[in-house]
Amino acid sequence: MYPAAFEYHAPTSVKDALKLLGKLKDSKLLAGGHSLIPMMKLRLAQPKHIIDLGKVKGLTGIKEEKGAVVVGAMTTHWEVESSKVLKAKIPVVAETASVIGDPAVRNKGTIGGSLAHADPAADMPATAIALGFEFVCEGAKGKRTVKVDDWFKGLMETALKDKEVLTTIRIPAWPAGSGACYMKFPHPASRFAIVGVCAAVTVDKKSGNCTKVGVGVTGAGTRAVRAKGVEAALLGKKLDAATIEAAAQKAAEGVDVQADLQGSVEYKAHLCRVFARRALEAALKRAQG
Amino acid sequence: MATVERVLGKSIKRREDPRFITGRGTYVDDVRLPGTTVAAFVRSPHAHARIKKIDTAAALKHPGVVAIFTGKDMAGVNSLPCGWLLPGLKVPPHMPLAADAARCVGDPVAIVIAETQSAAQDAADKVKVTWEVLRAVSATDQATAKGAPQIHEVAPSNEAFTWQIGDAAAVDAAFRGAARVVKKKIVNQRLVANPMEPRACLARYDQATGDLTLWVTSQNPHVHRLLMAAFVLGIPEHKVRVIAPDVGGGFGSKIFLYNEETICSWATKQIKRPVRWTSTRREAFQTDAHGRDHVTEAEMGFDAHGKIVGLRVKTIANMGAYLSTFAPAVPTYLYATLLNGVYTIPAIHAHVTGVFTNTTPVDAYRGAGRPEAAYLLERMVDAGAAALKLDPADIRKKNFIPKFDNGFQTQVALNYDSGNYAAAFDKLLAMVDYRKFRHEQEAARKQGRLLGIGFSTYIEACSIAPSKVVGSLGAQAGLYESGKVRVHPTGGVTVYTGSHSHGQGHETTFSQLVADELGVPMESVEIVHGDTGAIPFGMGTYGSRSGAVGGTAILMSLQKIKEKGKKIAAHLLEASPSDIEYTNGQFQVKGFPGKSVPFGQVALTAYVPHNYPEGLEPGLEETSFYDPSNFCFPFGAHACVVEIDRDTGQVKVLRYLAVDDVGNVMNPMIVDGMVHGGIAQGVGQALCEGAVYDDGQLVTGSMMDYALPKADMLPMYETDRTVTPTPVNPLGVKGAGETGTIAATPAVMNAVVDALAPLGVDHIETMPLTASRVWSVMKSAKR
Repeated sequence: MYPAAFEYHAPTSVKDALKLLGKLKDSKLLAGGHSLIPMMKLRLAQPKHIIDLGKVKGLTGIKEEKGAVVVGAMTTHWEVESSKVLKAKIPVVAETASVIGDPAVRNKGTIGGSLAHADPAADMPATAIALGFEFVCEGAKGKRTVKVDDWFKGLMETALKDKEVLTTIRIPAWPAGSGACYMKFPHPASRFAIVGVCAAVTVDKKSGNCTKVGVGVTGAGTRAVRAKGVEAALLGKKLDAATIEAAAQKAAEGVDVQADLQGSVEYKAHLCRVFARRALEAALKRAQG
Repeated sequence: MATVERVLGKSIKRREDPRFITGRGTYVDDVRLPGTTVAAFVRSPHAHARIKKIDTAAALKHPGVVAIFTGKDMAGVNSLPCGWLLPGLKVPPHMPLAADAARCVGDPVAIVIAETQSAAQDAADKVKVTWEVLRAVSATDQATAKGAPQIHEVAPSNEAFTWQIGDAAAVDAAFRGAARVVKKKIVNQRLVANPMEPRACLARYDQATGDLTLWVTSQNPHVHRLLMAAFVLGIPEHKVRVIAPDVGGGFGSKIFLYNEETICSWATKQIKRPVRWTSTRREAFQTDAHGRDHVTEAEMGFDAHGKIVGLRVKTIANMGAYLSTFAPAVPTYLYATLLNGVYTIPAIHAHVTGVFTNTTPVDAYRGAGRPEAAYLLERMVDAGAAALKLDPADIRKKNFIPKFDNGFQTQVALNYDSGNYAAAFDKLLAMVDYRKFRHEQEAARKQGRLLGIGFSTYIEACSIAPSKVVGSLGAQAGLYESGKVRVHPTGGVTVYTGSHSHGQGHETTFSQLVADELGVPMESVEIVHGDTGAIPFGMGTYGSRSGAVGGTAILMSLQKIKEKGKKIAAHLLEASPSDIEYTNGQFQVKGFPGKSVPFGQVALTAYVPHNYPEGLEPGLEETSFYDPSNFCFPFGAHACVVEIDRDTGQVKVLRYLAVDDVGNVMNPMIVDGMVHGGIAQGVGQALCEGAVYDDGQLVTGSMMDYALPKADMLPMYETDRTVTPTPVNPLGVKGAGETGTIAATPAVMNAVVDALAPLGVDHIETMPLTASRVWSVMKSAKR
């Protein structure tokens, strides 16, 4: 399987990458390549120009910064999975990265590449929504920051503009007393999420009430979404089994569930509810230490 | 004198593995010839479409293109042959390049030959085919339906054949007297073989000599040569050499003669340059022969005590768009003749209809017919147990054919060699600790957990096959094997075998055999296979035949070598040949251990015959052809324990246990490996694999969609063996290549049904048991 011919460009700075992006018609950014290259090999994508971000300086690394962890967009899934900073501060991000694809994918695929590609069955979008990731995009006119609720627009469509590069991902740290968990039901062949749910909760130590909650659902629909109904049913409540169970029942609301060989709409909506419950139960356990 | 250690029957590490695991194997795609061109095929994107026009003008102008040919250019080339003819079989033409119409997605219509792979592929994209899209049919049970589109002129109702075996009247009578007749629909879904190495070929026509050399991913290079030379291209066989070097797996799919190697072999002569083609994985999904694909109505009658009184089977078998090389044999002689299983069944009748559809051709895939038979029987026996409220272990014990050592005549033509089915099953039950499991299951069920156990007791026909028998059944070939042993002047031994190793480890097992017979170290033995230029005519490897048939051919030549060696030694020792015995690599006078000559000296004498027996030919080289007198019938008993997640329907395999009886074992580690891999494939069919067509389009056409079993789906296997040597061949080996694939699928299905029994489930028609399917079954269950 050989891709159609293309020109390869390897800029070393964001500025140069943006210049190329502005100048070249029919170009695609390469950020790891585990989605783009298979599509090119099948000739489903035939871009004339590939702008490889792999040699651009300053796009990798994970560091703590003012109540957040900042991750360079070209940081590989493996680096995210094994990051000491993330494991200490926001372990669910490392946990999510650890179930992406297989080691080969994680060694080359990047967090920014995946979040910009926005595959509807990718894992990290659920966690991005649950925790409230922020996306720093750089274009000819400078930088802007997009909140996760504005990021996923549709099937493989994000707020990233044609002539922009996603450079940085800011992951806010959650307060003490928080716990989060990502759980997925993997496709038996591809290991993408048939359904994946990330749940994050903060529990007030004194009252035992839920003071903050985030639930993201991926896989079932054409894009990852926030399970607003679930969140609303939990916020301010005491998180007992019945409350969680009742809240999880709302997990498929707002998901445009798609039927395919792996299940009917009914089945996948059911899985959303099952995995919401399981992720919430695990998140609560972690929050309670 | 040191005793040479015996190696046959020991777990000798595979000699071929160092080169494979260090990337130093030589596969077809590794062969490099100067001036080689690369081919890409233009294929039909439609399941069924008439070819109105093929415009190659733009493609021909593409830089680097050498030539483009369509079906019209290949006048004088014949249809790919069908090698097994059933009475009344409709054999439609299967032209290497379709010229009139495409009948399945992936049907090749043009070959583009260029200087590079990318040029060939780019230019192939520029070939414009004008299609008239026709209605397509892909579902097995819809092929002959009224109004289904006709696929071939010769088969008006899309029926390729109808065929039957057994005694219909006897079954009718048995059912009249039966206490209970259980009837089930059983679908054995379509599978894709997916060997690790995709198919590939490299064809070179030598203008100077007129010789054609074809390197091809083949399990049987001689069969490839014969079919291509004699039937398709019309080239004399002695001008064709087929080489199948290292081949990375086949599972049956590399037995057959395919369009691509035929076209490349023809094209190299046209362009006078070598032509190479290597399949992409996507092409492999679309064009490698698929397996299984049966829709069956089965009825099994029982008396009040659970004894089987009769079996009636009606099967529709999907042949796909064309008849692949051995396709008609698979759902008939390799399937229905196994429907006696390991049970005493007084009356059996099977009726099989083979149908054409707009899908990839179906042919032998690991097990080939035998897994379908075992799956059917094991489901029906369990369904019978459920209906009669009997324990699935007890119903099996009640029906096993009692132990026999030399022959059991079945109701469906075959005569089993030797068997002790209850022994294997008893061993399995002990390994499982069956009664204990049932207690655990009871406790788990009280907690609402869905825990289940499934059994599968199977038989298969290996050592394929007695030529006279298969000839009378429609085979257009004999199924013997060749083995040539050449002893070199310095005592080294080269063995030329018609068997072909594509994962089986012949270089090790055959070396073990030679080392033991001749008393020489394995290191001085070389096994050569896969080259028609070097090896006597042979039939290749499939149907678990290499040890039993190929091994015996080698053994026969080794015995001839020893006999000749005795004559030479007798001369040197001034004794009579009848007084010479061969032991530990020494020819010695019986009773006089000091009076001996080593093997090496005899070998040297054979080639430097200065002091030599009168009238004896020099040289030490013998060839044998072995045609087995019967099939061999390995058997065994497997068990699977599963738990089902009530929330998701996900099946988790907790335990997998296997007791196989493959007769004598040449290398236990290699047999274990075959059993392990086979079980994975069988579990794969039960739980996740399945080729799915939607309106003629293969929607599971990539590794992202088609779920092969993965290591984390499988537990550590618990395996053991019983040993019942076959009387058929002197090695006593029965064959081990397919047992796991045959046994595992029903064991898993039976376990899932057992787990769901508290919900009132006693049967699931269709595989694979994906989480979503199991969830649907649970949802619509009675309780």
